[in-house]
Formats: sequence, structure tokens, C-alpha cells
Amino acid sequence: MQLFNCPFCGPRDQSEFTYVREVAPVPALDASQATWQAYVYDRDNPRGPHREWWHHNHGCRQILELVRDTLTHEVSSIQAARGTRATK
Amino acid sequence: MSQKQPNRLEQGGRLARGQALRFSFDGKTYYGYQGDTLASALLANGVKLVGRSFKYHRPRGIYSAGPEEPNALMQLRTGAQTEPNTRATVIELFDGLEATSQNRWPSLRFDWRAINQTFSALLPAGFYYKTFMWPKKFWMFYEHQIRRAAGLGKAPLHKDPDHYAYEYAHCEVLVVGAGPAGLSAALAAARSGKRVVLADERSELGGSALWENKLIDNLHASEWVDQTIATLRGYPNVRLLPRSTVTGVYDHGLVTVAERVTDHLRQSPAHTPRQRLLHLRCERVILASGSIERPLVFADNDKPGVMLASALRTYINQYAVLPGREIVIFTNNDDAYRSALDAKRAGAQTVTLIDTRRTVDAELVNRLRSAGIEYFGYSYITAVHGQTVQAISVLGRDGTGAQKIACDLLGNSGGWSPTVHLYSQAGGKLRFDDKLTAFVPDSLLPTLMTVGAANGEYTLAGALAQGALAGDQACASDANVPQGALLYHAPHAEPETNFALEPLWQISKVASQGKRFVDIQDDVTVEDIELAHRENFRSVEHLKRYTTLGMGTDQGKTSNVNGLALMAALREQPIASVGTTTFRPPYTPVALGLFGGADTGKHHTPVRRTALHGWHVAQGAPMTTVGHWLRPKTYLRPNETYEAAWRRENLTVRQAVGLVDVGTLGKIDIQGPDALEFIQRIYCNNFANLAVGKLRYGLMLREDGIVMDDGTVARLGEHHYLVSTTTANAGKVQSYLELMLQVAWPELRCHAVSVTEQFAQFALAGPRARETLAALLPHCDVTDSALPHLAVLHTQIEGIELIIYRMSYSGECAYELAIGADYGEDLWLRLLECGQAFGIAVYGTEAMGVLRIEKGHVAGNELDGRTTPADLGLGKLVRKNGGFVGAALANRSGLTDTRRASLVGLIPVDGTAKIRAGSQLVATEIEARAPGVVAKQGFVSSSTPSEFLGHSIALAFLDNGASRLGQEVIAASPLSNEFVRVRVVSPVFVDPDNRRLKGGQS
Repeated sequence: MQLFNCPFCGPRDQSEFTYVREVAPVPALDASQATWQAYVYDRDNPRGPHREWWHHNHGCRQILELVRDTLTHEVSSIQAARGTRATK
Repeated sequence: MSQKQPNRLEQGGRLARGQALRFSFDGKTYYGYQGDTLASALLANGVKLVGRSFKYHRPRGIYSAGPEEPNALMQLRTGAQTEPNTRATVIELFDGLEATSQNRWPSLRFDWRAINQTFSALLPAGFYYKTFMWPKKFWMFYEHQIRRAAGLGKAPLHKDPDHYAYEYAHCEVLVVGAGPAGLSAALAAARSGKRVVLADERSELGGSALWENKLIDNLHASEWVDQTIATLRGYPNVRLLPRSTVTGVYDHGLVTVAERVTDHLRQSPAHTPRQRLLHLRCERVILASGSIERPLVFADNDKPGVMLASALRTYINQYAVLPGREIVIFTNNDDAYRSALDAKRAGAQTVTLIDTRRTVDAELVNRLRSAGIEYFGYSYITAVHGQTVQAISVLGRDGTGAQKIACDLLGNSGGWSPTVHLYSQAGGKLRFDDKLTAFVPDSLLPTLMTVGAANGEYTLAGALAQGALAGDQACASDANVPQGALLYHAPHAEPETNFALEPLWQISKVASQGKRFVDIQDDVTVEDIELAHRENFRSVEHLKRYTTLGMGTDQGKTSNVNGLALMAALREQPIASVGTTTFRPPYTPVALGLFGGADTGKHHTPVRRTALHGWHVAQGAPMTTVGHWLRPKTYLRPNETYEAAWRRENLTVRQAVGLVDVGTLGKIDIQGPDALEFIQRIYCNNFANLAVGKLRYGLMLREDGIVMDDGTVARLGEHHYLVSTTTANAGKVQSYLELMLQVAWPELRCHAVSVTEQFAQFALAGPRARETLAALLPHCDVTDSALPHLAVLHTQIEGIELIIYRMSYSGECAYELAIGADYGEDLWLRLLECGQAFGIAVYGTEAMGVLRIEKGHVAGNELDGRTTPADLGLGKLVRKNGGFVGAALANRSGLTDTRRASLVGLIPVDGTAKIRAGSQLVATEIEARAPGVVAKQGFVSSSTPSEFLGHSIALAFLDNGASRLGQEVIAASPLSNEFVRVRVVSPVFVDPDNRRLKGGQS
């Protein structure tokens, strides 16, 4: 059970959160099929640091952006995803 | 009955001798004392044979004095509280304890399956894999026989009457293990004022200090333990947890501790859990888990009367039991010399020590000889005589000096293995230390420190020093710790060096006849390991799976290192390069009930109740769960069957008026200047022209173009919408909207808030619904012109805000009324009163399901995560110019193929047959009954008998379905042997031109 230091609620058990997906720019609604295809299906799945979105759905209901090591589970950064969205 | 315990020493031990405790083993009564384990009490009573081995059913005795026990597994207690495979070495004795031996039939002394030994040549490693693979159809027979022979104890047949609990707690420092190193660490950490937890799996804290004849701070070790525990109890920041096994180390400082709260009592006191699972978040862990002795591998090393050398001195010193009179110690190291000396001191008639080494510290040998202990150097045991140990044969390693020595107890030691399980679980890497001949922690972990024997530091003075240093360090990083609190001086013990050892991994087959067991619990011999090697199972993980080495309840605590060393020798590689198998939680077996904690029965999942719940229950309505919601299925009248009830409700809605609780539907309030833009992006159909006071069906796609959910969108104001979702998807849709608003389109000025629980909502449906509504709201104009289909009316009833949505799921003229949840039941009762004149009846989910199938409305069965809008016959709703989620990927050729299965209706050709949901659609019955693969054309998603139509109806997905109206296919359900000829029809069975919906009669 991991511990995520929510910037709004403080350190909370992983069970309060739901994993969303790896961070990627959400394509524009009129973006090409290939762009959407890549967004939906192509994942990097790295061994090591990984940027990912988690939803604090049993807490503040904010989407958080974490950099989490997939090997050690060390969380090197956590912040609100709002406003930190990867630009297109 | 005599309470005599023949092997009990007159003095010593940590026992309360005042009152003898009565217990039974295999039906026979014995006596022991408070402070005994079941194992020590059995040994005190001279019981040698306690079980039969797993595969060969060989007689076995008590082998260890701790959690590593491979042999003495017991069925503890009786009835619903019976527990299999408990280790006698860790079960605390209580008055009235009942234990039975396992894996024997008809009795422990005479066991029928011991014949397996005779045929052991036919039962090598991998026997099951090789033998029972063919002929394939015989597996059913084999499996039955194997299941009967497999396993050890018996699982209880009744519901567990005990209860279990979770506790969540935090501390700065957790010390695992309360031996000398752990106690020293806890003392040091306690001084800092930080929260310290000291957990130990045994009932009594103290570890090896309870059974080693050594001095600490000039006190006998066990007296020092008493003093130290008293000191620790004086610290308010220290929590002592005896009977608490640290079972696992997880991420971010989480440690689980299984606390056996009342296992040592005959009966749990009221309101006390049997066991408690502590979820402990710790900043630092100090691992002082000690080490486990490993055996030597020689012929018949499994016979009752053979035990670990350290177990012998534990029984003597801690439990005041001398389990034999004529004792032999067999060792390859110095440590076992203590056992020989302690046995002699305790009054053994003869003690003999056999050492495999040529060179031994002369001082040690002198000490033996002056104590009157016979000594054989550079020798080994070649045979163990008797069913239980009666004599051994010893032979010099130079081939001379063969001798037979009478004995009734054989202690053996092949060295010690640090208990590194939790260190490995935490991600630590191990290193094989050739000098210590053991795997030891190799690296420093940021938050876990290993000290004492677990760290390969076997001397008492060293363990105390490492513990003290770790306790200091664990607190040193904190600026709040006062100056001077640290630099704690370790308790004093005589300096020594780590004991000397010269590995001897097996006594060769040439020298000794008989089975040489490596893993005693799983009956794995040296020959099995050699066979695995010959058959190329050379990785340690393969070795484990193929031979079962290191499996079972003990997970190879005594056997793994010996097995790895033998494997390394066969591979002609150093042990270091063979490596170890993975250490996984739990460290020792945990009762399954503990993982469940209190989350069983009605506490298993939370329950959601609508505002009308109490009323439904008062009607005696049978309830169903939808997600976490409870919903009434139907309302039975006196003398009415379940099916008659919902068939009646179905007809009432079609012929008069019905009322149903739809409070479970997801309700999301969306407000803001950009609310419309947001709604346009998440729904694939158009809302740009939806006027205030109107509502419309809405269809939502996933990013991949598949339908996610459907519902309605009502425009309550210029920038105010209320959208509904299906009951099942409400949570998912809410989370999705939040993701898109926060991450994808943070520029949109709107909010989406769940208001599901804020409203009570019910649907009033049927040809007389409008009259009922008019009776409720005499001040309102609810005529078709004022409140037409898909209109919204904001009004009040006695000053309470009420929203009426004219929409229909049933296909009848229908209204959904939404009111603040607290007013729900009152409004519901008024509606029933108003509808009485028009024949109103309440209906449940069963009738609701029938009504929606009759009308061809899709539900969860159709929105199954595989269907597109076109598949559902809703393709025309989708905006052609895109601009919504899912638009891009919905255009993929696989999703736009016109041959895809699409929604159709089915009716039985004979007019009477029932169509089973889940049936496959195939062209002909011959094809349907043919063996092998059948060309399937679709499947039945929803089906029901329709009281209104007088026959069964079904919704189905059929290849190219829209163009096949009028054709006949077979709905095949081979499992129930049903093959129904059905005709393909429109999925809208009732009122296809929507006249009833708009208030007319069809």
C-alpha cells in the first residue's frame, strides 16, 4: 500500500486514489485518428520514473500528477494536474 | 490421573509451575505449565512421535523450538474453531487445549500410506507431472485420488465463529524482534521520545536471551530481559507487542503485523477479536529478527528424536525440559557445543559430541572433556537406528573408528541462516558470506536497518552494540530529538568472535545408507535435487517448483540454504551465483480470516439506500443490489408468487399507472458559462438547440468510440444543466467528467457536481399518469400542451421545490419527479394516494426491466463495452461534424463496418417458447447441435416473458441485423439444451410510433 502526499489533503493511503493513466497531452477533439490512436493505445510503460495521473476520488477529487518510479515506487513529485497539463 | 511430566527438570525455565494445565493430544490427556508451548509440553511428557510426513508418511517428531518448525504440525481445537497445520512449537499451552496429529490413517502409530516409503523409488521429484499427464481423460480419476492423499490438516467445515480486526497505526521506529539486539535498539530509540513499537512473534519478549546461558550487564540474560521490559514499559512512547508477527514489509513504510490477541486463551473474551492485523506506517524499521539454525544432511536425519541443536538447549533452558537421557550432538560448528554443555549441566546421563571438522579450538574440546562429554572429531554419523532414535553409528572421516552409540536424542547443527525475509521483501539484496556460510544483507536500505544475528552478527556483545547504534540512528535525523538523548551506551556482554564453522553440505551416500532429507516438511531428499539437476531444472526457482523444496507451511526456513548449496555443488558454481528464491509475504502462515478483518458478511461492502428504502423494506419487497445500491425487485401481494407480482406490475403500468423509485440513477449538476460547450464535448449527440426547460436523451462515448453510458440531459437554466447517468456508471462518469475538466479542458468555465443523493426521484408511468400528477398538483397545468414529452417543469409543493421531467423509460406517458431527499417518502405516499382512483401500483426492477425490453430501450446488457451507437440503432443521433470525445476513433473501419452485429428484437416462432438470455444465434438447429466450432451470428442480450404481449421477447445482437427483419434463426443454449426458433423483428415491441408515449393510446 503506497502513501501519496496529496497537495490538498496531506499523506493518504493509496486506497483513496484511483490510477488514471500515464500523463500525455489529451489530443484536441479534431485531432487526427492517428493522434487519438496513439493517445489511447500507445503507452511507454518504462522501468523507472513514470509520469502518471491519479484521481484522489476518496479525498479531494482532484487529479494529481505524480512522477513515480515503477520499480521502487518512490514518488519524486506530486502536484495538482490542473494547470500542469502537458501542452500540445 | 498422574500429573507427572517425566522429562521435566525440577528447576529452571520460564514457567509458572503453580498450576498444571491439562491438555490432550490425539485424545490422551497430559499436563504442562503456563509458559510452555504445546511442543515443550509434549516433550516434557516424553511424546516423541507427533506427525507423519507429507509424501512418504514417515514418522516425525518435534524438530525445532520456533516458527521454523517443519514437522510438528497440529490440528488445533475442534469443531468450527479447528485450525490445521499449526506449529506446536509456537502454540502457547492453555488449559483444555486439544490437538490432534495430521496426515495419518488410521492412527499415528500405524499409518497405511507409509507404504509410500516402500515405493519411494517410484515417487521421485516431478512424479505427478510425469505420471498423471496421460491418458488425458483419466485426470478426473487421478485428481480425486491425489486430492485425498494431498494436504496435511483438515480445513474447518463450519463458518469461523471468531472475529478479526484491523488496526491502523503510525510510529517513527518499529523494532522487529525482541531478542538482545531488538531490546537494545528499543531502549536506545525510546530515549528520543519518538513513538517506538517493539513487536515479537513469541508470547514472551526476549528472544535468545530467554534460553542462552549468558550474562548481560552482569545479570543472567533472562533477568536482564525482565529488567529491560520493565524499563521499556515505563516509556509512554513505547508500545510492546508480544504475540505479534511482522508478516510483510510493503511500500512507503507500511508494515503488517499479525497480532494473536486471544489465541493463547481457551475462549476469546466477549468483544475481543481473536487476531488483529495491524497496518503500521513507520518511518524507520530496525530488523532484529535473529537467525534460524539449519540441519545437517545425513541418512535418516528426519527420525523422531532428531532435532536442531539449539532447539535442545531452548527446551532445557527456557522450558526446563530435558527431552532425552542419552544425547548426541552432531555439528560442523562451534555453536552446538553450547547445547552439549547445557545438556550435561541439566543432568543428561551421557552426552556425546560428533564434529565433522578436523580442526577445532582446543579450548572448546577441553571444556567438553572436563564436563564429561565424549568427543569425536573429524567424524560423521552414518546411520540412525530405530523408528525413533535409539542409537547412531559414527565413523571417522578417514574411514576408521566405526562405533555404535546408544542415544535417545540427536541434536544437529549445520550452521545458522540470518532471518532476512523482511529485508528481502523491502527490496534488499543478499550477499553470500563465505566465512559465515550464510546469506546476509548486502546493502543499506534507506529506512530499514538490520542488526544482530539477522545481520550476520552472531555474538551477543555485537548484537547489543548494533541494536543500540541503530536505535540512536533511527532517531538522529529528527531535529526535535533533544541533545544528549542519543549516544546511548549498549548493554555490556563479554566480547567474543563469531563462532567457527566449516561447511559440510551432505554426508555422502557412500558413507551412509538411508534417505537424506534436505526439506523435511516436503520430503525432498538429496536424490530429488540431483534428479532435478539431471533433468535440467537448474534455476533455483525451477528447483523449488519441481522438487517442492522450500514450499509448504515453513517455506524452507531450515532447508533452503542446504538445498541451494547442493544445487551449487551440482552446477559446480559458488553458492553466491546460484542465488535464493524470492522471499514473499507473509513470513509465517496467517489465518485467512485475519486478512478479511471485520469486512465480512454485511460489512463486506458498503450499502447505499435510496430515500425510499425504509418504505420498500416495510412492504417486504425482496431487494437486489445494483452496484452498492439496494433496490426493490417487486412488491408481492398476499398469496402472490414472485413472478405473478412483477407480471401484474408490468400490466398495471401499461393499463393504468405505476410508480417506481429511480433515486439510484446518477445525477450530475453542471453549471457555468461553458456548460453547454462541455456537454457538447462529452456527448456525441447534439444539445446546441436544447431550449431551457427541455430535456433530451444523451449518449456518451469512450475515447475509443465505444458507448460508455447513456442518460438524459435537462436544461434547467441558461448555464445550468442536470444530466442523468445509469445507476451502474454514475461513479465512473463523474470521475471521467472531473478528469476532462481538470486535465483536458481546464479553460472551460463550468463545474460538474454529483447530486445523486440529494434528490429522491421516482417515475410515474402509464396511461393514467397525467391524471395522477394533476391530482397531486391541482395548481399546475400538466396537460400535454403545457408539459409535453421531454419538457421540464419547475414547481413547488407546499413550498418545497419539485422538478418534473417528462420522460419515459417504459414507453408510457411518464414523469420523473425529483424532490429533496428528505421529502421523498412524503411525496411518494401522496402520489400513491392521488393515484388510488386511477389504479396505481408500485413496481420494482423486474417490471422495469420488462417494460424497457418491450420498448427496445438499451441497458447495461446492451451497453457492454463493445457496442457503437450504430450497433444499438442509435447511429443517427451522432453528430456528423465531430467535436466530441470518441469521434476520431469511432471512425475506425472495424467500428463502422455495416456487417457488425446490431440490435434486433426476437420473438419465438411458435409463440410460446422462452428465449434464454445469453443464447447464441446460429443459422440452423443442426448446426447448433453439431460438435466443434459453430458459425455464430450473434447472441441474445436481454430476454423476458411479456405479460402485455402474451409471449416471450428478446433483444439481441445479430450480424447485419438491421437488414434481416423477418428472417428466422436459432437461439441456441446448449448448456440447458434449448434450441428455440426465433423470428427477427424490430427491437421496439410496444408502441413503435410513440403514441402511448405522447399520451394517446396505441
